[in-house]
Amino acid sequence: MAAAVPSVEPATEAAAARRFLQGPPKQLLIGGKWVPAKSGKTFETINPANEEVLALVAEGDRADIDEAVAAARRAFEAGRWPSLGPHQRARYLLRIADLIEQHADELAQLITLDNGKPISEATVEVGRTVDTFRYYAGWATKFYGETNPSAPDFFNYTLREPVGVCGQIIPWNGPLSTISWKVAPALAFGNTLVLKPAEQTPLPAVRMGELICEAGLPDGVVNIVTGFGPTAGAALAGHPDVDKVAFTGSTEVGKLILQASAGNLKRVSLELGGKSPNVIFADAPLETAVALSATGVFRNQGQVCCAATRMFVQESLYDEFAERIAAKAEAIRLGEPLDQTTTMGPLVSSEQYERVLGYLKLARDEGAQAKAGGERGPQERGYFVKPTIYTAVRNDMRIAREEIFGPVAVLIPFKDENDAVLQGNDTTYGLGAGVWTRDLSRAHRVARALRAGSVWVNCYGLIDPISAFGGYKQSGFGRELGPQSIDLYTQIKSVYVKL
Amino acid sequence: MAAAVPSIEKAASGITSTPVLDFLRKPKQLLIGGKWVPAKSGKTFETVNPANEEVLALVAEGDKADVEEAVKVARKAFEESKWASIGPHQRARYLFKIADLIEAHADELATLETLNNGMAISLARGMVAGAAEVFRYYGGWSTKIYGETNPSDPSLFNYTLREPVGVCGQIIPWNGPIAMFAWKIAPALACGNVSVLKPAEQTPLTALRLGELILEAGVPDGVVNIITGFGETAGAAIASHPDIDKVAFTGSTEVGKLILQASAGNLKRVSLELGGKSPNVIFADADLESAVSTAMFGFCMLSGQVCCAGTRIFVQQDFQDTFIDALTRYTSKVKAGDPLDPKTTVGPLVSKEQFNRVKSYLELGKQEGAKPALGGEVASGKGYFVDPAIFTGVKNNMRIAQEEIFGPVAAVIPFKDENDAVLQGNDTTYGLAAAVWTTDVSRAHKVARALKAGTVWVNCYNNIDPISPFGGYKQSGIGRELGRYAVDLYTQIKSVYVKL
Repeated sequence: MAAAVPSVEPATEAAAARRFLQGPPKQLLIGGKWVPAKSGKTFETINPANEEVLALVAEGDRADIDEAVAAARRAFEAGRWPSLGPHQRARYLLRIADLIEQHADELAQLITLDNGKPISEATVEVGRTVDTFRYYAGWATKFYGETNPSAPDFFNYTLREPVGVCGQIIPWNGPLSTISWKVAPALAFGNTLVLKPAEQTPLPAVRMGELICEAGLPDGVVNIVTGFGPTAGAALAGHPDVDKVAFTGSTEVGKLILQASAGNLKRVSLELGGKSPNVIFADAPLETAVALSATGVFRNQGQVCCAATRMFVQESLYDEFAERIAAKAEAIRLGEPLDQTTTMGPLVSSEQYERVLGYLKLARDEGAQAKAGGERGPQERGYFVKPTIYTAVRNDMRIAREEIFGPVAVLIPFKDENDAVLQGNDTTYGLGAGVWTRDLSRAHRVARALRAGSVWVNCYGLIDPISAFGGYKQSGFGRELGPQSIDLYTQIKSVYVKL
Repeated sequence: MAAAVPSIEKAASGITSTPVLDFLRKPKQLLIGGKWVPAKSGKTFETVNPANEEVLALVAEGDKADVEEAVKVARKAFEESKWASIGPHQRARYLFKIADLIEAHADELATLETLNNGMAISLARGMVAGAAEVFRYYGGWSTKIYGETNPSDPSLFNYTLREPVGVCGQIIPWNGPIAMFAWKIAPALACGNVSVLKPAEQTPLTALRLGELILEAGVPDGVVNIITGFGETAGAAIASHPDIDKVAFTGSTEVGKLILQASAGNLKRVSLELGGKSPNVIFADADLESAVSTAMFGFCMLSGQVCCAGTRIFVQQDFQDTFIDALTRYTSKVKAGDPLDPKTTVGPLVSKEQFNRVKSYLELGKQEGAKPALGGEVASGKGYFVDPAIFTGVKNNMRIAQEEIFGPVAAVIPFKDENDAVLQGNDTTYGLAAAVWTTDVSRAHKVARALKAGTVWVNCYNNIDPISPFGGYKQSGIGRELGRYAVDLYTQIKSVYVKL
């Protein structure tokens, strides 16, 4: 058990989040009740801007997962959720969206305190979460099966039915939005679930659990178990009574999840890492390209799976682009993330901090040159790293191949369209990609040629719940968001009736 | 101009609800470009409470000139993209907000509906809740109107966009004023269209109240315009207006044909939801109790003023006596009464005209040789009350079995077997709805397929859910409302080819 008593003083600026932080212990939501971990253990969650303990959180493990899965199973089999009419389910999701909107300031502050992203970004994340719940509320009444053109003496139709009990493991980089990506479609299509938030950022999920209870969902439909990946996460991934597992996180852990799922042939969806190419042609609208490429890699301190970390710049533009984006990086205001004027906060954890600093050292060893940043921030406390731009990088260097998950971009020159596509696709990942050009034909040609689940043309990093998101290659399995989530959270039954 | 000053005390006697009385006291004007304005002519018309024949309110009598104005502002709102360009998530929020406002004013709306239409208050409440659901359902669609990217040649990029049709003229009937408002306005708005809506002259009140709620929800000015007035003037002006892109009409088959003819001038898109003479087919193996109670509901709901009413009840021969006896006994307990009484099932008919029409069909039935096993007479006194009537000894070729009466009148017709039931059931110019009662799973689905109707109910009747399309085969209409099909009505497809 963690011994430290959390200090909520740093939260004084975050007035809206204070009540929650100073409120009752952060427990597990199982069967509609808040309970401590069976082991009695708790763990500390830290404010990465000052390394202070924000709260002690129940440390759920295998025993708690067993309990939560049993509660979810009961709720599913008793039909408490799947057998509610679709209009009624839609109303619950709309109610959740309304509650998030009503508590937007509080949730944004909790995200920032727990994750470190600037409050302005956290506010946007809350808005997206609301949109996603509303979007899937609409789908609850629109997942149609079909009647098939069967022979006259048969009546054959398909039903789209919920998969059952879903295990959902979400990451720390979008601790609220990824709840909506997972929970909203699962609920819309009649599933029950056990959600495990990342151990680095459990607070937004616990608060969401309270709001979900306030929305009046039947007990056991949404269960939340805070805890660690190797214990709680692994128990969920390997649980024989979980019908589907959805995971967002690293490619390494994604492979473990996939292996663990084999035991009972769980349906699996994985949204994993990336090393996304952002291809800038000489005819790009330069000012926008520089500005949005910078946010494309530096948003959320670069801790974004689809971050634009490999910037391919056409040779003739390379030097000018490097100067300009380095200037943008230097202009970023690194500091206290609760401050509205801050544009970059700390990394999420000491582990992540050490990892990124390790890559900065590796970059030097590999011979890359830091045009901007390349070192830790000046702050005495907190996990601050300066926004960093490397030149003199080849696509086969480790810093161009491995996901760093920090505010680090590499600039690589290319000759022509073909070269850009070949280099851009030369990666084991395939999550996002950007193309910057004023040439209409080239824009669409390159968008097709890049092997990635999302391609942005003259923009970067837009994510709207209307549109599918997920990875080619080792960036994942399946697509979340858009109508594609229906396929993840339903299964099809074909009924033959002899007439 | 109507001379009478409405006496709200008389017309809405017994009503104590402040919001209802406040609304009744206000002037009833036209909603054009976000403002309430009188008719250009200055004219008004009376709207009546059919339960006591008293004037409830004077309502602005819009005509061609007002329709012109409304279409002009609707066009401006559309071309300036005040609505279509605000983004699907935002449009969804407006529709959800309208749904919330309808729910927040449910009692008031239901009371107004009953005062103006005469429908039983319990039914009115159900219709208000249903309207909120329709707005929510289409709120969801606004973010789900997907086009496609087509499997084009590598040298081309070809995709489709689903775009709004434009300015919609929507003419709704008096039998479900709130529900029909939702069926028309919700999908039109979800898909990015703007609208000029004309409520029926018999029941203008709830449309006006809903217009206020739409303004309260913050929908931009000119997106929804409401013109109260008569079919021959305002309605005809909408149907033929050269700057209206689409017309949607719910009403009689006769008027539907006029609408279709009028639409030819500028090739408007047309959707029509028209009359019916729906067969309700009851096999000997049906569950008697629920078949009987549901058959009553099928032809008596809303005093039979329902386009999909189960007015032709086909009963298997050897089961006929038992069924007629049970249906007559069950229905005899249902008397037309005060629609504001929560226990009432059947209120008055909507208007004097409708009352006289139903009365003449009761006479016609007897002249044709049918026997009224129940009812068949109308009482005198205030209000347009007609008790349910059941004719036996009816042949399917009699006029009372072929023509839409739109009153609580059922014709019971015997049939021999499955084939005979289907042949007789389909022997009609209509095809809006049908029902089958049987416990045999094969027969249920076989007959459901064989009946030519837009909606078939198996062991139930009158279920309508926004998730499911509604509309007619044959002369019961063109197109399907509700479900995802309304998206087809309110969008048009653009195919874009890009040379790469």
